[in-house]
Amino acid sequence: MNDKPEKLIDKKGLRLDGRKADELRSVKLEVGVIPNADGSAYIEHGKNKILAAVYGPREVHPKHLALQDRTVMRCRYHMAPFSVQERKSPAPSRREIELSKVIRESLEPAVFMEYYPRTMVNVFVEVLQADGGTRCASITAAALALADSGIPMKDLVVACAAGKVEDTVVLDLMDTEDKLGAADVPVALMPNLNALTLLQMDGTLTHEEFEKAVNMAIEGCKQIYVMQKEALKKKYVNVSEGIKEEAEE
Amino acid sequence: MPIFLEKRQLVTPGDLIAEGEYVAGENTFVEKSKIYAARVGIVEYENKRVDVVALKAFYVPRPGDIVIGTITEVGFNGWTVDINSPYIALLRASDVLSRPFKPQKDDLPQVLDAGDLVVAKIVSYDRTHDPQLTVAEPGLGKITRGQIIKITPTKIPRVIGKKGSMISMIKQETGCNIILGLNGVVLITGKTLEDEQLAMRALVKIEQESHTSGLTDRVTQMLKEEKSNKEENKNE
Repeated sequence: MNDKPEKLIDKKGLRLDGRKADELRSVKLEVGVIPNADGSAYIEHGKNKILAAVYGPREVHPKHLALQDRTVMRCRYHMAPFSVQERKSPAPSRREIELSKVIRESLEPAVFMEYYPRTMVNVFVEVLQADGGTRCASITAAALALADSGIPMKDLVVACAAGKVEDTVVLDLMDTEDKLGAADVPVALMPNLNALTLLQMDGTLTHEEFEKAVNMAIEGCKQIYVMQKEALKKKYVNVSEGIKEEAEE
Repeated sequence: MPIFLEKRQLVTPGDLIAEGEYVAGENTFVEKSKIYAARVGIVEYENKRVDVVALKAFYVPRPGDIVIGTITEVGFNGWTVDINSPYIALLRASDVLSRPFKPQKDDLPQVLDAGDLVVAKIVSYDRTHDPQLTVAEPGLGKITRGQIIKITPTKIPRVIGKKGSMISMIKQETGCNIILGLNGVVLITGKTLEDEQLAMRALVKIEQESHTSGLTDRVTQMLKEEKSNKEENKNE
């Protein structure tokens, strides 16, 4: 499994898992999976499996962290020890601390932070299985959990990555492509306001390639957004349909 | 100036609802003269006002609201009360005793202790100060018996129904007295435990199906069925 593949893209232009260059991995979303949390969501993005939970707004502990004009948002991104091939130490690593900050900063613009001063919102992201692109999948799930918790939001946030593998710009890189490829561009989007909340780049791209990658990632985001909305509505639509069936019987 | 959605349609945050000469109501916001939804909910509009009725939200205190809270801490001249909201409420000792509080004489835990439930009214609250409660009015004060059930605060209006149709029906059918805390906590006191449990089941049903139509009829039907079932069991 750890063997290095000879070619990342075959003659037909298909990738290791048989996807085309501009094709997403399969995405499955579910809302309201943790009853104890105020809001929660679960995402399966390819082989990524991630849980997100939101608690709050609630009173701030420790008290001195409270802000007089806005909510304090805190985020914890954590990878389970069993989420990767080699056991990962459960202690927060440098990378996890950075990703926590990145996820928080890409969610903050979508939340009405100034509505509830002197309160705190906690976002917990737990990666159960990782296969490249966890930060994007985490943002997508965390935004759903926030919306599910009933916090007023300007828009949902969707994230997706694009990158370069063997001179081709491709959408939604998986782990091997990310590690052996030339570049990775994660993008987070607020689809209705048409605004980006995250834009990073790892590796090297020419100007044109970069532009192509960003546009490709935005298209990917829009595809996931449709599923995100559906997942959020599904929780309530199920109940209405159940009643309709009852009435028909 | 169109409206893009029909009445009672389900929206998610960021959905465009209307454009132009409309007034943005609850759970909506305006950006470049377009009105968007800010919460998961159902679109309602009347005249020029557009609202989103949230399907899930938390309680934000408002002066004058009746709430049901739990005492969490006994302070040295009052109590802190959990009112199921982002903000913790304060209840002053002199208010409960209805006379000046004397620290040498009065023993606060004997009056109200941690874990006690109270029906209270919010006297004051704003962005800069935590809410303050009072119990110095008829009908307010410590709860001694009954059942407590928590529902999403935004669904309290649905429990009340049009001009109180839903709540008065439940009261009549179950013979229970029901106090609705606007913070989503409901107190049910009835003659027997069974009556109380029946009322609780009705409330759970309302919470789960609050966004569907014809709910009052379905709840009435459910209550009547359960009552007749019980009587059959008694006869057997």
